[in-house]
Amino acid sequence: MTQSSSSRFINIGERTNVTGSAAFKKLIMAGDYPAAVEVARQQVENGAQVIDVNMDEGLLDAVHAMTTFLKLIAAEPDIARVPVMIDSSKFEVIEAGLKCVSGKPIVNSISMKEGEAAFLHHARICMDYGAAVVVMAFDETGQADTKQRKVEICKRAYDLLVAEGFPPEDIIFDPNIFAVATGIEEHNNYGVDFIEAVQELRQLCPHAHYSGGLSNLSFSFRGNEPVRRAMHSVFLYHAIPAGLDMAIVNAGQLDVYDQIDPALRDACEDVILNRDPDATERLITLAESFKGTDARAEKEAEEWRGWPVERRLEHALVKGIDAYVVDDTEEARAARAANGGRPIEVIEGPLMDGMNVVGDLFGSGKMFLPQVVKSARVMKKAVAHLIPYIEAEKDLLPEEERKAKGKIIMATVKGDVHDIGKNIVGVVLQCNGYDVIDLGVMVPWPTILASANDNKADMIGLSGLITPSLDEMVTVAEEMQRAGMTMPLLIGGATTSKVHTALKIDPAYEGPVIHVLDASRAVGVASKLLSDTQRDEYVAQVEDEYIHVRDARAGKSQSVLLSLEDARANFYDAFLSDKPAPPEQPGVHVFPDWDLAHLRQFIDWTPFFRAWELHGNYPAILKDEVVGETATQLFADANAMLDQIIAEKWLTARGVAGLWPCARDGDDVTIHLAETEEHVRLPFLRQQVKKSRDRANMCLADFIDPNGDWIGGFAVGIHGIDPHSARFQADKDDYSDILLKALADRFAEAFAEALHQHVRTTLWAYAPGEQLTCEALIKEEYRGIRPAPGYPACPDHSLKPILFALLGAPANAGLTLTESFAMWPTAAVSGFYFGHPESQYFGVARVGRDQLEDYAARRGVSIEQAERWLRPNLD
Amino acid sequence: MSARQQLLDAASQRVLIFDGAFGTQIQNRRLSEADYAGDLGLPADQKGNNDILALTRPDVIGDITRAYLDAGSDVVSTNTFSANRISQADYKAESLVADINIASGKIARALADEYAAKDGKPRFVAGAIGPTNKTLSLSPDVEDPGYREIDFDELVAVYKEQAAALVEGGVDFILIETVFDTLNAKAGIMAVKQLERETGRDIPLMISMTLTDLSGRNLSGHTVEAFWYAVRHAKPLTIGLNCSFGAEQLRPHVKVLSQIADTLLMIYPNAGLPNELGEYDEQPDTTAGLVKDWADHGQVNILGGCCGSSPAHINAIAKAVAMSEPRKVPHPDPAMRLAGLEAFIAA
Repeated sequence: MTQSSSSRFINIGERTNVTGSAAFKKLIMAGDYPAAVEVARQQVENGAQVIDVNMDEGLLDAVHAMTTFLKLIAAEPDIARVPVMIDSSKFEVIEAGLKCVSGKPIVNSISMKEGEAAFLHHARICMDYGAAVVVMAFDETGQADTKQRKVEICKRAYDLLVAEGFPPEDIIFDPNIFAVATGIEEHNNYGVDFIEAVQELRQLCPHAHYSGGLSNLSFSFRGNEPVRRAMHSVFLYHAIPAGLDMAIVNAGQLDVYDQIDPALRDACEDVILNRDPDATERLITLAESFKGTDARAEKEAEEWRGWPVERRLEHALVKGIDAYVVDDTEEARAARAANGGRPIEVIEGPLMDGMNVVGDLFGSGKMFLPQVVKSARVMKKAVAHLIPYIEAEKDLLPEEERKAKGKIIMATVKGDVHDIGKNIVGVVLQCNGYDVIDLGVMVPWPTILASANDNKADMIGLSGLITPSLDEMVTVAEEMQRAGMTMPLLIGGATTSKVHTALKIDPAYEGPVIHVLDASRAVGVASKLLSDTQRDEYVAQVEDEYIHVRDARAGKSQSVLLSLEDARANFYDAFLSDKPAPPEQPGVHVFPDWDLAHLRQFIDWTPFFRAWELHGNYPAILKDEVVGETATQLFADANAMLDQIIAEKWLTARGVAGLWPCARDGDDVTIHLAETEEHVRLPFLRQQVKKSRDRANMCLADFIDPNGDWIGGFAVGIHGIDPHSARFQADKDDYSDILLKALADRFAEAFAEALHQHVRTTLWAYAPGEQLTCEALIKEEYRGIRPAPGYPACPDHSLKPILFALLGAPANAGLTLTESFAMWPTAAVSGFYFGHPESQYFGVARVGRDQLEDYAARRGVSIEQAERWLRPNLD
Repeated sequence: MSARQQLLDAASQRVLIFDGAFGTQIQNRRLSEADYAGDLGLPADQKGNNDILALTRPDVIGDITRAYLDAGSDVVSTNTFSANRISQADYKAESLVADINIASGKIARALADEYAAKDGKPRFVAGAIGPTNKTLSLSPDVEDPGYREIDFDELVAVYKEQAAALVEGGVDFILIETVFDTLNAKAGIMAVKQLERETGRDIPLMISMTLTDLSGRNLSGHTVEAFWYAVRHAKPLTIGLNCSFGAEQLRPHVKVLSQIADTLLMIYPNAGLPNELGEYDEQPDTTAGLVKDWADHGQVNILGGCCGSSPAHINAIAKAVAMSEPRKVPHPDPAMRLAGLEAFIAA
């Protein structure tokens, strides 16, 4: 095939067809469905846009095989993303299949073989299920062979279907591709008959489609793959322009028309187009010389199979591929065993790392639930392989160490059916030696309590995804209290939070109640709760946190608020004569393309690792006992990508900075724009929480002189991530995609750092001789601050539009704001520059109603509007 | 004129208004176990079985429906989200499935007719059918991905029982809502098709998908576009989205569906995202402002609210879109539009 002819042509995968693939048939007959599912995956990876599933084999229960297989591939998002073609000559098999397919499939096939009534009955059923249909050119008298019969039968079927209300665009005719070069003279024109019939039908039947089973064509050359491939390609080359728009074909086994051996191609062409009576003879003779030349490997090893075992395991987990996971797990185990390591390390290391990636992808919406389920399955298979080794190891331990670390009851509460998070936590705990009793979903509290008591459990873990589950968790806690229980209660699930746990669940139960943020924390929490030495301290610490949360909510104790008037009286009295001199280069400065290589030196790596849930400071983290190896690997990958980003200029750093004359006016700073004679007001918020001793109630305006001063602003963003991100996503390379995004974020922060330095030394130039190391920069050992709207010193995000307008950020740095004031592109930083040597970061924290009203007036908005903006800082 | 045609006519004039949540409205009334249980003598605790209130506290359901009609709803739904055999089994109330649906249908019917008689403006009743808590596309057992808790024919029977009772109760349409599993919706469609054939009457369908992640897929993994192609054969009177997230998060998906669906579009989002206490605190004006944006862009035909929305939200929406032009139903060229989890179009 040439490129152009293939672009609108639909490949239907034929390998998951027991009549077409001996290998697939063998797997299905042996009941090896996991391997059969891999065949489907491979087809989709090879470019099949629809996959044909056929289980018509005399010795098979075809209904069972069809439904089993369809349900299994429904659980594989990489496969299920494409539509299915349910292929059977038995309509009962088709209907059983239709009951398992959730999208809009194609039925292959129905025909008028048993007359019009049966044909229309079948068509109506397909309509009810919303399927497109393949209609075989077959009538009461048999299969259509000649062009005339093909056209006649298809047209009759078309008219019947359309009259019945069947959408014509959902009709696909299969006008029968028959074997040519059989030695029987009548067969010689079959190729031509097909091609010409399609050509004519296309005029007669608007919107209909044409398909065919390609492998029939070359039936006489079984065992000679090069010739068969050439025949198929040549046939498509001629049939597609005629109107064939799909075919059941092994997408991986087509030759490019132009690259077929010219002699073979001509011979095939002569046969298919029936150009002369000796064509068959010639092809048979020529075919002999192509036998056995098929050196192409049936299955090239997929690239990822060549990676180190840790990455293979992670890949298998993230992709949910279980075909090799047992082998890979064994390889990782054996490698550790050879170095005196323990089997549990495989779980704690690569498998948990993989699951963490899965958790992050899911959390950020880049994986969806079915994929997470698949990943859990792969995890379970890996763990199942390791369990005997772990058990064997235990047998060598003294009796008291042999028992499980603890027994945990897990349940999704009544009213909720979501259990994936709970299952993952369960897997993780089991992997770590805990005995988990999973009560499933929709579990009423009496069952949970009874099971905990009967099993002498050490703790209970509750899970829920939907919001009403939060109330049900409170009920469970209340009932545990009423039953006089004391065991710890763990709370987890997407809608749960520390705040809710502290406010609503913890007060209901006197025993320890712990909110577990995600699966990766579960083991740490469980082990502390079961430790003789750590338990009391940990429980007390959590209880402290919860009391703090409750106090914060109640607005009690330490956080007494001053009146706004009193807070203003206690302002920060900066020594204003220390204020910086006017800038050397005032006004707005645009930086359309800051050198990425320069920014690289300014990267603060600690938050980068934190983004990957690797906690610890750079560079110490690289040598960290636990995460050091992973961190080092990640760091190496990140640097390799940085090299590429810089060398190939993937990204562009665009920024803008401005320096303007201003004055303090109460808690506002007013900027004077000389050119337009305009004054822009920046209202800031003041701390109102009563301070101990002589500490001030600060406001950013305190660092500005009422009698004239200077203030700055900046916005920087990293552009160009999308095409690369799309490419990684197309490659299903989530790892690189996340890496790229994390690096873009780092570049944005580094740019803010570099630009700030440029401002201090050159533009404003109040610190021209500043010589600071990167480390010192990160520790902010310089003069002046750059607080960002939305951060503690300046918590109102809605100042961003004012800042952006001052800077002309959309035009000057390509940055825009969403209606909720998020910056786009996302790798972006903006803020204000304060140059006074005493200026410092602080948190505004809670403010009172009086300041809310005052602020609303200063901003010129309604109190409701101001309330929305300041909600996190209000009671 | 048929209810189908009346709705189409009204929808060509203006953006119509659906109702809001029942759940939160019922919760606010702080009913006791005795309120729920009534004198039905069921062997299980009925607290939380909101649907049974149609039998035990019809006044409560009537009041809420009335509040939505007062707020401006053109279409009200029956309070029957869980009034199916599977969900009612949790309360040992399976035997009451038909009664609950008939009673619920009658409450809504009577009120819709009362309001229509008052001002001559037609009001419609949508018989609500929830997804049940079983799923046809996913295995609840991570170790056995081929396992299913229920099969297609069983679910068809469950849906059919409920739909038949709703029709008996006098509803105009059947609303298959909060579809987290596309195959469940297909079973619902099959149930209604069978019912239409058996009763010989037109039962217009409204179908509403719910998204479970921000990328715009439901639990069975279908994109909005794939979902539409998978259910388009039902020729529903309306297609749309409900629940999921707040209007804010639904915006891109509404746009997609608006462009491709050659039928009326009905959207009823939650009142924002729940806060950390699981409560919805998006104010009526905020919700109304967000959905008005769709109306102003000609992207919707019917607007309402789901979890956390109140009569105040519905009233705010009704006022906000009163002057908006309704969406014009597009007519895409014929093409074979298939779907796996993602759409596939053969031109």
